[in-house]
Amino acid sequence: MTGETRADAVYVPKDWWLRRRTWTYVGRYAAAIVITLLFLFPVYWIFIMAFKTPEEVFASPPIWYPAQIQFKTFAVLFRDGDVGTIGNSLITAGVSTVLAMFFGTIAAYSLARFRTGGENLAIWIISQRMIPPIVIIFPVFLVYVFFGWVDTFQGLILLYTAFNLPYVTWMMRGYIEDIPIELEQSALVDGWSRWQVLLRVVFPMARAGLFATAVFTFIFAWNDFIFALVLTRVEITTYPVQVTSFFGQQQTFWAKIGAMSILGTLPIFFAVALFQRYLVRGISLGAIKG
Amino acid sequence: MARLRITGLYKSYDSVQAVRGVDLDIPEGEFAVLVGPSGCGKSTMLRTIAGLEEPDAGTIEIDGEIVNDLPPRSRDVAMVFQNYALYPYMKVFDNIAFGLRARKFPAGEIKERVLAAAATLNISGLLDRLPRQLSGGERQRVAIGRAIVRDARLFLFDEPLSNLDAQLREEMRLEIKELHQRLGKTMIYVTHDQIEARTLADRVVLLNNGRIEQEGAPLDLFERPVNRFVAGFLGSPSMNFIPARLVAADESLAVTFEDGTALAVPAAAYERLAGRSGHDVIFGVRTEHISRARDGDTREGLAPLSATIDVVQPTGSRTYVTFRLSGTPVMAELRAHDVEHPGQRIELDVDMNRAILIDPETDLVL
Ligand SMILES: Nc1ncnc2c1ncn2[C@@H]1O[C@H](COP(=O)(O)OP(=O)(O)OP(=O)(O)O)[C@@H](O)[C@H]1O
Ligand SMILES: [Mg+2]
Repeated sequence: MTGETRADAVYVPKDWWLRRRTWTYVGRYAAAIVITLLFLFPVYWIFIMAFKTPEEVFASPPIWYPAQIQFKTFAVLFRDGDVGTIGNSLITAGVSTVLAMFFGTIAAYSLARFRTGGENLAIWIISQRMIPPIVIIFPVFLVYVFFGWVDTFQGLILLYTAFNLPYVTWMMRGYIEDIPIELEQSALVDGWSRWQVLLRVVFPMARAGLFATAVFTFIFAWNDFIFALVLTRVEITTYPVQVTSFFGQQQTFWAKIGAMSILGTLPIFFAVALFQRYLVRGISLGAIKG
Repeated sequence: MARLRITGLYKSYDSVQAVRGVDLDIPEGEFAVLVGPSGCGKSTMLRTIAGLEEPDAGTIEIDGEIVNDLPPRSRDVAMVFQNYALYPYMKVFDNIAFGLRARKFPAGEIKERVLAAAATLNISGLLDRLPRQLSGGERQRVAIGRAIVRDARLFLFDEPLSNLDAQLREEMRLEIKELHQRLGKTMIYVTHDQIEARTLADRVVLLNNGRIEQEGAPLDLFERPVNRFVAGFLGSPSMNFIPARLVAADESLAVTFEDGTALAVPAAAYERLAGRSGHDVIFGVRTEHISRARDGDTREGLAPLSATIDVVQPTGSRTYVTFRLSGTPVMAELRAHDVEHPGQRIELDVDMNRAILIDPETDLVL
C-alpha cells in the first residue's frame, strides 16, 4: 500500500489478536476448512488414482500426487469399450427421465387441479416410492425373463420410469399447486385449451420445479446399481455395474475405477452446474412464495 | 353483444353456499354492476358465468344459448380477475396479446390492438416490462388491457379499479364508461365502491349471502330500497335506523319514539301506513335528509326536531353531526357552519318524504 491510501485503511485495533470476535472467526474458518478437506479427500483420492501408475497406486507410504500425470488408463477404457457403458447409462437415465417427467407432470396436474382421487390417491402414489428396490427386483427379474427383456434398453428404461414416476408426480403436484389458479383460468377464458394452458402457463410457471425434479430423477437413474446389476448382462451394462467389474478376485484395477468415476461424475456435474439456478429455487420454492 | 340470462343459479363450495338461487336477466349492451358485502358471492357469480365453476343448479344463457356445458374458451367472454392474474414471465405486451394469440389474430393486428389498448390505459411506456416491475395500479391496468383488446361478447370485471389511487380510479372509471359506450357490449362489473356503482351502472344488482336483495337503476335502489339491508348498504354514511312506533292521533299519523318525540307522517303516506298504526316500526332516515331548520322553509313533509349535538365532524363543505334520538345515536349531514360546537342545542328538520319505515319483524320497507 502506498502512503496515500492510509487514510482509507481499515482501522485495526492494536490488541486485535486478543479479541474474542477474532478468535470466533478463526475458529469458524478452521473448522470449515477441516470439514471441507475431510469430505473432499476421498473424492480427490479416487480421482487422482486415475492418473497414477499401478506402482504408485499401491505404493507405501502412499503417494499423494503422482510424479507424472498420465492418461493411459483413460486410453485403455476407451480402447476396451468400457466407456460405452457410460453411453448406456446416458440412454437409460436420459430417456427414463424424459418419460417420467412427461407422464409424472401430467398426472400431477390432474391430481392438483382436478382433485383426481382426492388426497388418498396422491398418498398411495408416493407410497410406491417407499418400497425398497430390493423388494421388487426379483419378481421383476422373473417377469423380465418371461418377456425376454433382461439386458434390453426398454426393460431398464421402463423400470426406471416406473420407479421415478411417483417421485415426479408427488414433487410436481406440489409445484403446480403453488401456481395461482387464476393464471390458468385467465388463459382458459382467453381461449386456450387445457393442453395449451399446460404448455404456456403451467410449464413456465413450474420451470424451476421441473428442472430440479428432472435433475434428481436423472441422478437416481444414473446412480442406480441394484436394478442394473440384476437386469443387465453385457449389452446395456450401465456404468456403476461396470465399475464393480474392476474389482477382481486376484486384482483390483484401481486406476480404472478412478478413471471411470471421473467420467461417470461428469454428466451429473454438468447437469447440476447447468441447472444450479433452478435447483436452488426449485428446492426452496415452497418456502418463499411471491 | 349479448344478452345474459341466469336462472335459478346455485353454487356451493364444500360447506359454503356461495350463490343461493340467483335469477338475473341482463339485456344486450347493458352495464350491470354487482355490489354486496365481502363474501356475498360476487366473484363466484362471475366465475360461473365465465365457465370456471360449474353451477350446482341453474342455467346460464348467452344470447339465448344455454352455455352450461361449454368450456370457458367457447363462451367468448373476457374477464378481469380480482388479483390481476398476470403472467410473471411475460412482458406486458405479451400479457395483453395473450388472448389475441389464442384466437389466432394476425401479428399485425395484434400489435395494433395492443398499442391502442395500451394508449387508452396510459401504459404505452410499460410494454417492455415484466409484471414484477410494475406498481399495483399499473398491473391492474395491464389486466384491464388484456380484456379490452379482445372482441368478446360479454365482459366481466372483478373489482378492476380496487388498487388504484383516487385520481387514477376516476380516470379509469371514465375510460371504462367510454369503452362501454363505444363498444356497446354487455358488461358485468363487480365493485365495492358505491360511487363506481352509481356512475357506471345502468343497473345495480345488490347481492347478500348469495341472493339478490334488490336490482334496478342505481337511484331506484338508493331512493326506494325494498328492505333494511338495501337501505343500510347503499349510501355513505349509511342510513340511521331508530326503533319507533306508529301512532294515530285525530286525523294524523306520527312516528313516535320512546322518549316521546313525535315526527308527523306526511299526508301522502297516510293511506299506505294507516293499517300499521299502533305497531312497532324502525324509522330510517339518511344523514342528508336531516337539515338545520330554516325560517321560511315551508316544504311539505318537514318534521321539526330539537337535538343536542354530541359530536361535530367538519369535512369542508359539509359538517357531520351526531346526536341522540331516544337514546339511539343519529348522524346528520348539515351545511358547513350550521353548528358551532358540541353541546349546542339546535332545531332540525327531518324530511319525512324521504324517510322510510321498516317492519321490524320482516325487515321489509313499509
Ligand atoms: N374455492 C373456494 N373454496 C371454498 N370456498 C370458497 C371458494 N371460493 C369462494 N368461496 C366462498 O364462497 C363465498 C363467496 O365468495 P366470493 O369470492 O364469490 O365472494 P365475493 O363476493 O367476491 O367477495 P369479495 O368482495 O371479498 O371479493 C365466500 O364465503 C367464500 O369464502
Ligand atoms: Mg370477489
